[in-house]
Order: sequence, then C-alpha cells, then structure tokens
Amino acid sequence: MQRFYFDHNATTPVAPEVLEAMTACLGQVYGNASSIHHFGQAAKERMEAARRQLAALMGCPPADIVFTSGGTESDNMAVLGAVRARAGARRVVTSAIEHPAVLGPCQHLEREGVQVTRLRVGPSGVVDPADVRRALRPDTALVSIMHANNELGTVQPIAEIAAIARAAGVPLHVDGVQALGRIPVDVTALAVDLYSVSGHKLYAPKGVGALYVRKGTALEPIAFGGHHERDRRPGTENVPGIAAFGAAAELAGRTLAAESARLGALRDRLEEAVPRRISGATVNGSRANRTPNTSNICFDAIDGEALVIALDLRGFAVSTGAACSSGALAPSHVLTAIGLSPDRARASMRFSLGRGTTAEQVDALVDALEGAVGHLRRISAHA
Amino acid sequence: MSGGVDSSTVAAMLVRQGRAVIGLTMQLWNQRRLPGLSSDGATGRCCSLDDVYDARRVAEQIGIPYYVVNFERQFEESVVKPFVEDYLAGRTPIPCALCNNFIKFDRFLDLADSVGAHEIATGHYARVRYGQASDRWQLLRAVDQTKDQTYFLFGLTQRQLARTLFPLGELAKLEVRDLAREMGLAVAAKGDSQEICFVPNGDYAAFLAAYLEESGVPVEPVRGEIVTSGGRKLGEHEGVHHFTVGQRRGLGVATGEPLYVIATDPRTQRVTVGRNDELLRAGFTARDVNWISIAGVAGSARAQVKIRNKHAAAPATLHATDDPDRVEVRFDAPQRAVTPGQGAVFYDGEVVLGGGWIE
Repeated sequence: MQRFYFDHNATTPVAPEVLEAMTACLGQVYGNASSIHHFGQAAKERMEAARRQLAALMGCPPADIVFTSGGTESDNMAVLGAVRARAGARRVVTSAIEHPAVLGPCQHLEREGVQVTRLRVGPSGVVDPADVRRALRPDTALVSIMHANNELGTVQPIAEIAAIARAAGVPLHVDGVQALGRIPVDVTALAVDLYSVSGHKLYAPKGVGALYVRKGTALEPIAFGGHHERDRRPGTENVPGIAAFGAAAELAGRTLAAESARLGALRDRLEEAVPRRISGATVNGSRANRTPNTSNICFDAIDGEALVIALDLRGFAVSTGAACSSGALAPSHVLTAIGLSPDRARASMRFSLGRGTTAEQVDALVDALEGAVGHLRRISAHA
Repeated sequence: MSGGVDSSTVAAMLVRQGRAVIGLTMQLWNQRRLPGLSSDGATGRCCSLDDVYDARRVAEQIGIPYYVVNFERQFEESVVKPFVEDYLAGRTPIPCALCNNFIKFDRFLDLADSVGAHEIATGHYARVRYGQASDRWQLLRAVDQTKDQTYFLFGLTQRQLARTLFPLGELAKLEVRDLAREMGLAVAAKGDSQEICFVPNGDYAAFLAAYLEESGVPVEPVRGEIVTSGGRKLGEHEGVHHFTVGQRRGLGVATGEPLYVIATDPRTQRVTVGRNDELLRAGFTARDVNWISIAGVAGSARAQVKIRNKHAAAPATLHATDDPDRVEVRFDAPQRAVTPGQGAVFYDGEVVLGGGWIE
C-alpha cells in the first residue's frame, strides 16, 4: 500500500542533507566536546558550527543558544528556570492553547504556590495582547505564549506581546517549536527573552532542541551537573544530533520562502476541495494568520478516532486530538479552548503538510476523506 | 486485544487462518484517575500501560495494524456509574455484563463498521451458531465448562451475534496456552485477569468512596443496624453497600452459628442476617430480559437458570408475564442467595435461551 504522511506537526522525516551531516558526525566526530584534546576540539568545533547555523535561522547571537534534548526540555527549562530565578515571583501568565510541555511545568509551579493565569482565546485561536496586559501584576514572573499553535497553526502576535511584557519588566518565553522552519523567526526583532525550538519539527532527528536565552535573562538551571552550555544545561552534548540540527536550520533558511509558498498553496488546495466535496466540513481557527502547512478541519457528526483509523488503513497518516500514554485519543484541549464542544473537537482532524507533500497526495487525501467520511456518516445513520 | 493470552491467541489464530485482522485495544478507564486508590501491585487491572504494551507487542509480532481506542467516556456512563448506583441502591452489580452489552459488543461493532471490518472477534469463552430451524443466532456454552463466559454475554443481540467470532469457544484453556506458546506469543505465560477490572484488589467499597468523593458527592457516613429476620439487633455497620446477599465474612457480629446476609435495605440502611437456610428462595422476577436462541416464552418453558457466575444452573420454569421484558422464574428446588442486581441466565443444556437482571 502506498502511504502518505500528513502529520508533519507531530514530527518530520529526517532530510537527506541532514542525515548526511549527522552520519558524517556520528562516524567521525566522537570526542566529548568538553575535552581539551584534539578529539574534544573537533566535537566542539562541529557543535559551534551548528550553533551558528541555528543562530542564523533564529536571528540571534550564537552564544544565546543552549542546546537541549528537545522542545519539552527547552520549555521546562524556560518556564521553571525563569520563575525560580525571580525573587518574589508569584504569578505566570500563559494561554489555554499552549502545548503540554508548557502547561505541564506551569501546573507543577501551581502546586508550589505560583498563580497561573491561562488566557482564553476566542474562536480565532489567537491570544489578544490586551489580555496579556490586563493579566500582568507586579509579582508576575513570566509570560509564556507559543509562537504557532501545533493543532491550528495559528500564529500569535508575539511582537506585540513582547512589547507589553518588556514595558512591564516581565520576561517573555515563546514556545516556537511549531514556528521555526515554517515561518520566518527573528527572536531579536521579536524582542523575546526565551524561545524554545525542536529539531525534529524541521527535518532533524528526534532528541535535539534548543532554548534561546537572551543575554542577561535570569534563568535558574533545572538540572545539575557539569559546566556544559555555559553552565546553563549540564550533560555531555549530543554532538551528532546538534550537527544535524544545524544542517536542518541551514536547510530551512535556504528553503523557507519557497517552501512556505508551496505548502500554503497545497494547504489552500486542500481547504478548497474538502468543503466542496464533503458537506459539513469547517476549518477551525483563524485562516488569516497561520503556519502555511497546517489545516484543522471539523467534519460534522464524525468520530475522529474512527476516521483516523479508517484513513490509516487506507494509507493516510493524519492526527486528531492528543495521544495519551496508552496511545488512545482524548479530545484536544486546544479545540475545546477555542469554543468547540467536546463532540466537535472529537470530530476534528489536523492535516499538516511538509517537504514530501505533493498536489497529487493532497488530491488523493481528499478522495480518501470523501470516501471515509461518507462511509462513517452512512453507518452512523443506520445505527 | 486486552494484552492477555486469550485475545492475543484469538488474533494470532485468525491471522493464521489467513484473515485480514485489525487489532484494537479499548482504553476504558484511567487507572491513575482516583489517586487515593492504591493500585500498586493490584491484580486484574484493566487498561494498564503494561497491558497495552503487551497487546501492541503481539500485534507487531503477528503483523497486524493495531490501534488503541478511547472508550473511557462511554465506559464511565454505561458501566461505572450504574455500578456505583447499584451498590448504593443495595444491589450487587455485574459490570462485565454491562460492559459486554454497551461497550464490547456495541461500540466495538460500530467501530468495526467505521473501519470497514465485517466481523468482530474476542477472547471470550463461548460459542455462536446459526439455528436453521429458529432462524436465530444462538449462543452456546464454551466447550471448556470451567471457562464458560456465557453468563456475562446474555445481553447480546441477534445483530451482534451475527457478526461475532468466539474462536476460543471450542478450546480448553490449556489448549489456548499451548497454542499461544506454539505460536511464540510473548504473552503465552501471562496470568489470567480476575475480578472487576477497574476496581483495584476487588475493594469495591474503597472504589465507591473514591469515585463519589471525586464527583463531589462523598458517601455520607451512615450507620445502620444488623438485625435478624426476627428483628433482633445484633450490631451496627457503615452502609449497606458494604454487604451483598449471601455474604458470610466481615459481618462483625459474633454468634454461635454461622450467619449470612439475607437482605439489605438501602432506605432504612438495615442489613438482615440469618441462617444459611433463610437464604433460600423459590424464585424471582427477571427484568429487561434479552432473548437469544428463542424469540421468547409464551406461557411457560423449562430451563436451567444460573443466578451468579459460579452458580450451577438450577432447573426452573420460566413464566411469561404481562410485561414482555419480565419473566417469573420458579426453581424446582429453592436456591441460595438470589441477589438483586445479578444476572439470571436461562439455559437449555448448552444453549443460552436468554437472560435478564434479578429484581
């Protein structure tokens, strides 16, 4: 069976040029980047080259980048580290549509007595900067808002939020895991303090990420050990992963403009065909300001879990909701936060496109959707 | 696929027969939901991550697509809530029968339709056969009488039976383990699951308390009297939901002769105890009767009636009532501990005629 991958927001395949950079490093560069000898220096060199590559994509000085094991670690480091670094910190402002990697540490802080304000968003799926301003208090330690939402693709007004936070003297963390490589990101121009990214969302392997820490931002470490990453993140660096991340960043920088135009056109092709061919199909969230590769569509009276399985059996990988530990699905907190009923949230599918996606694949997906949705509706009408 | 040896073997058998099989595990209950209930080392837990891991591993091994589907919402509505309500109302529920009726053969079949599967197969020990003469699908006891699970399957409808496969119905448990071993299944030596899957260690009173507390209506501390059938007070207790008809242990009253729970009354919180022979009943009414191998009884019919899972079906006469959903059951000889809330299943030899709930 031919298989088509429409789940690039979950993860992306490793790009050939990234794989090459990684295997070259894996095979040849085995020193510990902290060692003073030749082998250590070679590893360090490789790592610093990758840091420069990533810094170029993010628009920041290389020294402001801390490599981590991925987006979740970066988010935890930022949220826990920034709050704990601020004496008298009693409050965090975030949004209801954040990724669990941000909501989780916030909840943890709540148990330690920190007040967490989760800003609500309307049906657009976009945080209102005025809400951020209203939520700030003198004892607010951190604002944490995502750049692009993983389920809707909606892009948040980070520059405006950053201006508000800066005026109030509160650091801003941005979870940029779904933004980097999909839309232009310039953390200096955005004027944010902390920015989390993950390699495997932009064609690098799993297990490598980074946190941008603007020079001067107070951040307590969350793990303790050696002096790696300028005392900000202990642990022997994942040099091959970091090399791959660097190569992926360079690839993204080179292809971003053309690729985002191409994916935007494919996404529009999908969103034009689906409502035309399938009744009761509505795009969730704002269509104006989104990452070009993401489309979230609700199919009236459909059990999303059954649709995902039916599509997978036809060779199409899409996603719905959030997978829990067993692999079963729970209704998405993002979709319920933008006002969808649990039933409509369960009836919604996320399609996320990527480098391998073609117009033929999109057309095949629309055909499969039409068949599967029609079948599901016919049998539920008989039940 | 529960991750146990039975459903794993079924999946592997069907693959071996050359059928196109899709493996599904139903996520029914979040074991971490009631943190007050320690389930460490608990037996018979359902939907644990270990079980899902095992099921996934078997699916990989036999090369079939595999999915975990979330039926937690439906399970709570159709099984857990009625389970709690039954206990509070002084009945002794059998959640497995409810789960079979409303989840395993209902939602599961819908899902099969959704993904284009023609039949469903489970690891239950029972047999299904089409009866030419009656033009009905029949449910029969498993060949392995010690494993027979038809008692929990009396709610199956004709539509469900028509599309259900019970490949283990013809096999003995030992043969199933042999098959699993022979096919090299990773779970071949895994222990059988027992008790009620969502209640850790079978402590249903603790489950009730934790569940009700979570839902914001904690069980109010109640005290009731333990009395003899003559009305003599023997002691006190902390709620009728701690008792079930026929129970002997844990009464907390000391008398010269063994005493059993004869009846519980949630309204007065009174638990009546008595001698073993006071437990005997000549009959009862079954409600919400589902007919399987026959369309119903006109007037009366002979049957063997099983009133709990471990009961040896006793000869009885079924009498139709004005209400087609109710049947009067009259035993030939009085039976011990007829317990409201339990199922009553009517057999004609190995054939399940139908069944209902003891009123």
